[in-house]
Amino acid sequence: MNNDLEKLKKQYECGSISRRRFLQQVAAVGGIGALHAMGVPGALSSARAAGPSSGGNIRIGVGAGSSTDSLDPATINSTFMQIVNYGLRNNLTEVAPNGELVPELCESWDASPDARIWTFKLREGVEFHNGKTLDAKDVIASINHHRGDDSESSAKSLLRPVTDIRADDKNTVVVELREGNADFPFLMSDYHITIMPVTKDGLDVESGVGTGGYVLEDFRPGTRCSMKRNPNYWKEDAAWFDSAEVLAIKDSTSRTNALATGEIDVMNRVQLSTASMIDGRSGMRIEETSGNQHVTMPMHTDTDPFSDNHVRLALKHAIDRQEILDTVLNGHGYLGNDHPLGRANPFRADNLEQRAYDPDKAKYHLKKAGMDSLKVRQHTSDAAFQGAVDASVLFQQHAKRAGIDIDVKRASSDGYWSEVWLKEPFCVAYWGGRPTADWMFSAGYAADAAWNATKWKNERFNELMKSARAELDRPKRQEMYTEMQQLLKDDGGVIVPVFLNYVMGLKDKVQHGQMAANWDLDGLKCIERWWMA
Amino acid sequence: MGSIAKLVAQRLALGLFILFVVSVFITFVVEFLPGDACQALMGQTAMADTLAACRQEMGLNRPPHLRYWDWITGMLTGDMGRSLANDRPIAELLGARTGNTFFLAGLAAAVTVPLAILLGMFAALFRNRGFDRSINVITLTFISLPEFFVAYLLIYFLAVQAGWFPGISNISGSGLSLWEWTYRSILPAATLTLVVTAHMMRMTRAAIINVLASPYIETAELKGLGRWRVIARHAMPNALAPIINVVALNLAWLIVGVVVVETVFVYPGIGQLLVESMSKRDMPVVQAGSMIFAAVFVLLNLAADIIAIMTNPRLMHPR
Repeated sequence: MNNDLEKLKKQYECGSISRRRFLQQVAAVGGIGALHAMGVPGALSSARAAGPSSGGNIRIGVGAGSSTDSLDPATINSTFMQIVNYGLRNNLTEVAPNGELVPELCESWDASPDARIWTFKLREGVEFHNGKTLDAKDVIASINHHRGDDSESSAKSLLRPVTDIRADDKNTVVVELREGNADFPFLMSDYHITIMPVTKDGLDVESGVGTGGYVLEDFRPGTRCSMKRNPNYWKEDAAWFDSAEVLAIKDSTSRTNALATGEIDVMNRVQLSTASMIDGRSGMRIEETSGNQHVTMPMHTDTDPFSDNHVRLALKHAIDRQEILDTVLNGHGYLGNDHPLGRANPFRADNLEQRAYDPDKAKYHLKKAGMDSLKVRQHTSDAAFQGAVDASVLFQQHAKRAGIDIDVKRASSDGYWSEVWLKEPFCVAYWGGRPTADWMFSAGYAADAAWNATKWKNERFNELMKSARAELDRPKRQEMYTEMQQLLKDDGGVIVPVFLNYVMGLKDKVQHGQMAANWDLDGLKCIERWWMA
Repeated sequence: MGSIAKLVAQRLALGLFILFVVSVFITFVVEFLPGDACQALMGQTAMADTLAACRQEMGLNRPPHLRYWDWITGMLTGDMGRSLANDRPIAELLGARTGNTFFLAGLAAAVTVPLAILLGMFAALFRNRGFDRSINVITLTFISLPEFFVAYLLIYFLAVQAGWFPGISNISGSGLSLWEWTYRSILPAATLTLVVTAHMMRMTRAAIINVLASPYIETAELKGLGRWRVIARHAMPNALAPIINVVALNLAWLIVGVVVVETVFVYPGIGQLLVESMSKRDMPVVQAGSMIFAAVFVLLNLAADIIAIMTNPRLMHPR
């Protein structure tokens, strides 16, 4: 990380990058706090512009949202609903802009020494939009909404380790887990597990009533959702806008047009090839964060030829990550190192050697596997990410020089996740990433993970995962997680060529503080955290 | 007149039969698509046990003919059912969007139909002269360009550069005045106008020129009538039948074929709803939407035939 900062500092001081770009990159790498330590004069002068002020109406155009959306948080899976849900409702805990976990609807939490029993003290006097006061019953019902055999919730597997939830008194919730998990409070910040009120008809999941900074006005699935400020919001320094509107604009050209003509104030998923043009226009700017979102190319390690680690290593060396970053992403990302932990992950190991394009090494590994040449088929689709097909074709060219023939098979976007992902032995996919190492590993790389897309079953890895999960001592955990990343890199079944930045277009009047990188649009909390100048 | 009533009754009965065939067809074709609503909704996050719970709740475990039976009996009693995806009543989902689609189609048609017919008549009047050639080139250019490209051109010049119109049609806010609604729909309507004018214009021109070769037109000219009067009063009524059919076809397209324009302008119409429901395998919504589309075709064709008969005395009063 320090190397990155030094490089940026040099680029800024010799004028090869603008002040704005410099600040963005520094924020992405190490946070604004790092600037003081670096002693760069003048860089911060206007980054410390006037503080937040109330008022205005924010209109956010997102490249997601469907007429099939619903307000039930168990079904939420797109940016549109994630933003709406975080606007209307709160969680027990929250990931702060600097990546730290802070209390939200709870005041504090405590763990038993084995990290198995967690006690959350709730904030007192918090009211829902309908006037009801928050208590332990609401929290328990909201969490249980995702549990149970007949639950269809996407958060069901997340909460499977929970064996019991009970209220000690009306402001204390105690959660018991099957085995220790030091990250449990992190799970409570997940966008599915927002807190809803219990009414006399049971848990109210459909009306949108929550404790959040905005009250629902009008929700039209797949089109638009409007909210107005909650005058009674318990957070004092948040929810600055008088009203907020989220618009579903799936076509990226339309989104850009809407921003250019002033129909919206913020857009996400800027088309990477046109980002520089938006940045140049008056009244608009591009901002980006480097989070955990990444491209994966999973290989089934139980299927020939990928069952031989030398074949996997050959493929890992046969891809020119830098070229994919430069051409497919136009530089809006950073290099991947064949493990899934990104810069917004507190346990990312920054001392692993970056794997580079090396056709000779690839050939060497092929020979070790007893092969002169290799022919594999890769399924790909832009359903995985914008530019996935281009990336596959580039990979095909790179691999040719290592004697590997990749047959690029373009699959239909419709049904890609049900028909290709997890089913074809070698394909292209992506992950939004997860805020903690354990969450990411247990979702996608543990032997029994439901989405173990590589069918990888490494004994040492799974042992480490178990012991790191219950370990409350931070340096010890870091050590274990570093070893796990090394294992994935050298033995795992996934190629992670690049991480994808979140690239947003903002009108100049839209202001924000330090931007969270854990998700798109300031950790999906832009309507709560941003303000109008 | 009695014969017309009989014809209408016959055609409506046939129309109902067509709707039935379409509904059966759609149900069973969709069965062949990979995945189901549960899988499509959960996407990448689907897991075996959540999928099972979801299928149980939505009744997707039951054989397709039973599900079809439930759907059609509901439909016949006026209950369109609920969306599988978000459990909202389908009537409510479709209602607002159908209104939006008809409004946009109506706006475009109100400009396009008179414009295309007038241009066609002028083109026939000045056939093979400068006006005829240039109007042909212009309209053919717009029909040849893809719709989204025409849309982007309009947005670039009229919204981004000139700033006269909004770049997207955000019409779903509540309390929008009719004027505001129209104003925000002008660009998509203009796109549709440019795309469909050529077809109707050229059919009008061809039909009139065809009639102009008849002996009775020669008589009219020999009587000393002006060329415009000959075309408008004498040639036009006899050229109406093919024109009406083309107009009906284009009106139907304005309702069912505009999903690209809806997407570019973010216009919340029924086309986008159907595409999204299809990709989520939300069958009840797809079925209901398809019924609306099929009904539009049936009714517009029926209307075209009846108007063609009414404007033709030989068919109105058969010997």
